[in-house]
Amino acid sequence: MFYREAGQFRTTYAQDTQLLPLREDRVGMAFMLIIAFGVIPFVASDYWLSALLIPWLILALVALGQNILMGYAGQLSLGAAGFMAVGAFACYNLILRVDGIPFVVAIALSGVCSALVGIVFGLPSLRIRGLYLAVATLASQFFIVWALDKFGWFKNYDVAGVITAQQIVIFGHTFATPQEKYWVVLVIVAALTWAAKNMARGSIGRGWMAVRDMDVAAEVTGLPLMRTKLQAFAISSFYCGVGGALFAFAYLQTVEPSAFTIELSFRILFMVIIGGLGTILGSFLGAGFILLTPIFLNILFHAIFGKAVDATITSALEQVIFGVMIIAFLIFEPHGLARMWQQTKERLRLWPFPH
Amino acid sequence: MLDFQFFIEVLVGGLLSGLMYSLVALGFVLIYKASGVFNFAQGAMVFFAVLSFVGFMELGLPFWGALPVTVVLMVIVGMATERFVLRPLVNQNENTLLMATIGLAFVIEGVAQMVWGVDVRRLDLGIKDEPISWLADKTGVFVSQLDITAGVVAGVMVAALGLLFSRTKVGRGLRAVADDPAAALSIGIPLKHIWMLVWAAAGVVALVAGMLWGARSGVQFALVLLALKALPVLIIGGFTSVPGVIVAGLIVGGSEKLAEVYIGPSFGGGIEGWFPYMLAVLFLLIRPEGLFGEKIIRRV
Repeated sequence: MFYREAGQFRTTYAQDTQLLPLREDRVGMAFMLIIAFGVIPFVASDYWLSALLIPWLILALVALGQNILMGYAGQLSLGAAGFMAVGAFACYNLILRVDGIPFVVAIALSGVCSALVGIVFGLPSLRIRGLYLAVATLASQFFIVWALDKFGWFKNYDVAGVITAQQIVIFGHTFATPQEKYWVVLVIVAALTWAAKNMARGSIGRGWMAVRDMDVAAEVTGLPLMRTKLQAFAISSFYCGVGGALFAFAYLQTVEPSAFTIELSFRILFMVIIGGLGTILGSFLGAGFILLTPIFLNILFHAIFGKAVDATITSALEQVIFGVMIIAFLIFEPHGLARMWQQTKERLRLWPFPH
Repeated sequence: MLDFQFFIEVLVGGLLSGLMYSLVALGFVLIYKASGVFNFAQGAMVFFAVLSFVGFMELGLPFWGALPVTVVLMVIVGMATERFVLRPLVNQNENTLLMATIGLAFVIEGVAQMVWGVDVRRLDLGIKDEPISWLADKTGVFVSQLDITAGVVAGVMVAALGLLFSRTKVGRGLRAVADDPAAALSIGIPLKHIWMLVWAAAGVVALVAGMLWGARSGVQFALVLLALKALPVLIIGGFTSVPGVIVAGLIVGGSEKLAEVYIGPSFGGGIEGWFPYMLAVLFLLIRPEGLFGEKIIRRV
């Protein structure tokens, strides 16, 4: 009843290709953006902003990058955190060494650095496929983190290992409070999400999906395999790199290689699986789910056991529940949360009428 | 002369520790060969197996009492995995299966820590991690007893599994299932039993690997990360080859230690962490299916 497309006709080509063809979707999106930009920053406390919303947006961006590579282009990669680290350190060094570089430019360039590294590590994908490739991408994860740790230049010869990230300065204004950082992150994430959506539904995305579904067939039909695969690696790494830079600058406030471990890569992988492979929305839902579940479980355990049970046991229990949920999702809803939302929408078309 | 002795020492130490990687990788191959599942949880199983073994010994069981109990436990874990995780996912693509086993790894690691705690434990197998004195006296080369034992055990296990696959009825069934599950089922091979058997066997292999690793570096969570090192071994050797695992283990172990000792210092050390992976990528660029893996033929 509330969600139906009846009576909405597309009469021009422009209408046919627009991003949100349904009025309900447009209204809903506008509503969400207004809330995200105008309401949340004023209502949410600093804790909510800096511990939940900012990391959620950033991790959603990284998950989006992983989703481009894994969900759209079908190249399983276990090295997302490595590319995040490239982005974070590129941003740090750009601001440190290039005098007066605008923050937005530095963020974009750190994405480009990450994309270049992504292309290099994507090269094996031209010859290696499937699980062999997944293991090969572990090389990028371990190598990048090691290189950033070992070569002092990247860390500006800081011996402590933990570097404080510089301030975010845009047009002379310092974005220091959680509220201001939230805005910066939100603008970047919204813009890149919009770009990703358009890439995914355009010729670029169709190329990726053709490669994912059957790369030999895609090549036979005239798709340049090398370009498409490397493009996917580059764009995916770009998103991871920007996400990594924001992760360090807007969330952690420090730049350190040890923040980008293989565990983070796995978490990002899970976000994509639980959210839904090959969907933009899924990246956001998955990131939220993976971020919130441990917090929720923590509160739950605290309420049930109080302080009676050792913290190591609850954290182990948390891990078990996490693993079980991943297996359960794969068995019962392999298309993830995005598919659940899709089904809800289908129901909403008729609700509350039976037909 | 001294340099040469040192070189041999590094090389032998590397080769033998490579065989310990092979032991972990063997569990992967076993399952992949029979069911096409890339079992990421093998490392977690190694950790769980040896932690349980040590745990049972702490509860007062003697060595030879704890061993069968742990074997039974691992068989149960393996069978339960097959029943509750992989059977519902049958016929899914291999990426989905891989992700399911990553989830499984989380579960097993969590359960292990919940039941047995997070303390680092020592495991004494009665084999010392010391150089063999007569060898050291004669040739001046220091080789650890434990390393030699691990090498011998790895060799024996590989030989036994090789015989199992090639000579016995069960082995033939396994190969048939690996080749084409549907066809194997249609000629009356009991698929479910075969898979349960394989998972149980992988559990036992994990226990053996875990005991040797535990004796070497303590029973602790880091064993899970060590098991990641088995992955390059696996892809160099090829997912489906039992002997390939040994050869690849030797290659990885030997080259990683030599690289660390001779190339490492010029980069500030620590290249052991990624060197095997890079080596694996290089190998794959030349042979995408690993050294001994079955040739991947792709059709449209």
